[in-house]
Amino acid sequence: MTYATLVAVALVASLVIYALGGGADFGGGVWDLLAAGPRAGRQRETIAHAIGPIWEANHVWLILAIVLLFTCFPAAFAAIGTALHIPITVLLVGIVLRGSAFTFRSYGLEPGHVQERWGRVFAWASLVSPIMLGVTLGAISSGTLGMDPASGQVRTDFISSWCASFPFAVGFLALALFAYLAAVYLTLETEDDDLRDDFRKRALIAWEISAVLAIVALALARHGAPLIFDGLMRRPALLVCTGLIGLAALSALARRRYAAARWLAAAQVALTVSGWALAQYPAIVPPDLTITSASAPEPVVRAVLEVLVVGALLLFPALFYLFRIFKSGGRREEGSPGYPTE
Amino acid sequence: MSDLLAARSQMAVSLAFHIVFAVAGIAMPVLMAIAEGLWLRRHHPVDLELARRWSRGVAILFAVGAVSGTVLSFELGLLWPRFMAFAGPIIGMPFSLEGFAFFLEAIFLGIYLYGWERVPRVVHWLCGIGVAVTGAASGLFVLTANSWMNHPAGFRLVEGRVVDVNPWAAMFHSGWSVECVHMLLAAYLCVGFAVAAIHARELLRDGTNLFHRRALTIALLVGGIAAALQPVSGDASAKLAARTQPAKLAAMEGQFESEPAAPLRIGGIPDERAERTRGAIEIPGALSWLAYGDPRATIRGLKAWPREDRPPTAVVHVAFQIMVGSGVLLLALSILALVRRRTLFESRRLLTAIALGGWLGFVALEAGWTVTEVGRQPWIVYGILRTADSVTPMPGLMAPFLLFTFLYLFLAGIVGALLRRHVFASPRLPAS
Ligand code: HDD
Ligand code: HEM
Ligand code: HEM
Repeated sequence: MTYATLVAVALVASLVIYALGGGADFGGGVWDLLAAGPRAGRQRETIAHAIGPIWEANHVWLILAIVLLFTCFPAAFAAIGTALHIPITVLLVGIVLRGSAFTFRSYGLEPGHVQERWGRVFAWASLVSPIMLGVTLGAISSGTLGMDPASGQVRTDFISSWCASFPFAVGFLALALFAYLAAVYLTLETEDDDLRDDFRKRALIAWEISAVLAIVALALARHGAPLIFDGLMRRPALLVCTGLIGLAALSALARRRYAAARWLAAAQVALTVSGWALAQYPAIVPPDLTITSASAPEPVVRAVLEVLVVGALLLFPALFYLFRIFKSGGRREEGSPGYPTE
Repeated sequence: MSDLLAARSQMAVSLAFHIVFAVAGIAMPVLMAIAEGLWLRRHHPVDLELARRWSRGVAILFAVGAVSGTVLSFELGLLWPRFMAFAGPIIGMPFSLEGFAFFLEAIFLGIYLYGWERVPRVVHWLCGIGVAVTGAASGLFVLTANSWMNHPAGFRLVEGRVVDVNPWAAMFHSGWSVECVHMLLAAYLCVGFAVAAIHARELLRDGTNLFHRRALTIALLVGGIAAALQPVSGDASAKLAARTQPAKLAAMEGQFESEPAAPLRIGGIPDERAERTRGAIEIPGALSWLAYGDPRATIRGLKAWPREDRPPTAVVHVAFQIMVGSGVLLLALSILALVRRRTLFESRRLLTAIALGGWLGFVALEAGWTVTEVGRQPWIVYGILRTADSVTPMPGLMAPFLLFTFLYLFLAGIVGALLRRHVFASPRLPAS
């Protein structure tokens, strides 16, 4: 494996982790928007409580992916930034509104309508951003971002490559998958059986919608993204595995095995994202830019890999500590050493 | 407005917005950790209340900093794809390192903000210090990238192709530390004084409130120390610019003629058409002495460059005067507060001066960035790549420029209102 391939693997890995963490945080916003029934208020509280401490850390995975892209595959970054300017701009507005609205609401502290209004912004932004993220990825894989050999720039009219059915199918699929993940995680964020059942019901519905959308996206890929389609058809085992794990997650949910469902759902989404990447390997921005042709000079790629290894040694223990503090499920123990509650 | 101008304006707005939150992310944790450290030693409730209030401020500011920074990382590709295709591999290293600094910062901050009741007190305080250290590190890493744009190094150009890239040499070229030190000091300076300004204003209304008194003391201490060091560091920056970016130095000083024993100009407006600076107070030989340590040294004036290679001189010169002027005023304010420290809380005049003048730090910050960025024009990478050659071919860039401008104006208003209500308002404290 070349160094560039290793960095590409790291890039996909950070996208996968972003989907599992940041994606689920967006999904939380979707359920905030759709909160309903007698426990709507408590659903929202659970969501806010679950996202609060970790969304910033989850968010950095997207930044890492972008940085790796522009450092190690600069030509790909330039092509994507040029041709997909519009959906990325919308994505950014969504990200800005989502992050700030969430924080404003948490710290708005006033009861009543101000907080409520921020809740709306948070929720709507959570809806738009995943769709645009999916549209961007879908447009990249559609194979329409060809390079002009004379100028070395991407050939584009800035619209047609993303304003098509396949990219939007991927966008809605991303939204559905994120909402599904969030609902599954949320079943573990509460001790209350009724609330947990609310989230379970939502997870089951989101599972079904994602399954339908996955099939639609695959069907559209045949003409909308032939490279991906062929890549997937060449690897039937991948499709079968993803499907089986999805079914296992469904059955775990149905049988209220929440802990198992969490791992299975995460695996299902991870496989979906990496399957997409594998299907277009070795292209980064098909049809012209591949891992080799878009790669930065080797000393750079090697240095970045070294930094990634050293950074990971620092990062993973710290992340582990963070999640242990906030996600180990337990409430604060009596006589714990911290500060008294305000 | 041309697409190029729209792109430059969008970049400028995004950066000018982000930098406010970035410096808060660097310096607020220092204030917060000082307050919590005091509490751990003396157990006075006012210190704990301060740490908690300030940490709320950090949470709000950090979130906006994080999302506006994300916008910037994408904007590099949305607006300047050709710049990134060229420079991405060379300056990607500091951005990659910055990624890890962000991770650690977000983790420390998550524990700090939400872990008051969950981790031991000392661990909690150490996490606060961790936020301060990783915040400074993120700032330093980006700055090496920016200072590379000012004096590019770590690669060779052979027939227009980049070869022999050494990312470490690009990052740690001569002079990176000068800009970094200046920026870090600026962060402590402008946040220290802005916080002081806010609490001084509350003291004018609520003069005996211990909360605001303690806050003002800590903030003035941090800001004042930085203010004392900043002119020294600024002098080093100017000497570096004289050596590596002579056209920028000439623009900062409104120097059109190449001459020995060049004067230092205070104030004045450069007239680019007539090629002279009017209305300045001139101190003979002082510029030559400041730039090269020799009052007779020759300074290259702007006429040595063809017109299309000169930066917009008036903007740069005026911005430079604003930065230096603000720095001098803030230093004077710090000295005054130090001399009058015993009567500080009673002196309405001094409190008013702090409440108004404290904001000059942010003025200097924005002005300083204007000097650096506009002074580098027409280059995006000094001497190598022109800004006009790196802009995206995308038409209609006016639309995203307006979109982000309004978005940021809107957010700025809300952040201001939230901070006022939940961070700086007088708390009701238990009697002590
Ligand atoms: C609180 C803010 C603040 C204050 C009081 C000062 N500066 Fe500054 N200055 C900055 C904030 C700043 C900055 C915004 O942070 C810049 C922009 C880029 C950088 O690294 O620092 C900067 C850049 C900058 C540059 C341009 C460097 C370059 O582009 O190569 C020079 C020459 C100076 N400064 C000099 C000074 C002097 C002589 C000061 C005297 C008091 C001074 N600054 C006060
Ligand atoms: C690492 C940090 C930074 C990077 C990589 C960076 C990069 C850029 C780029 C690519 C441009 C567009 C090209 C140009 O006009 O020069 C630009 C312009 C500009 N930036 Fe920076 N910048 C940085 C920091 C800042 C900060 C913090 C500010 C302000 C607070 C700032 C203020 C400006 C301004 C005012 C312009 C417009 C210049 C003009 O139009 O003449 N920059 N910067
Ligand atoms: C082109 C220029 C820049 C880019 C692409 C950029 C990118 C980013 C990003 C992506 C974040 C979010 C990190 C997170 O999620 O925690 C961020 C935050 C931050 N940036 Fe920037 N940045 C730029 C300029 C600057 C400059 C000039 C400074 C300061 C000297 C700075 C200092 C910081 C700091 C301290 C933070 C973390 C604290 C906070 O979010 O408030 N950045 N930046």
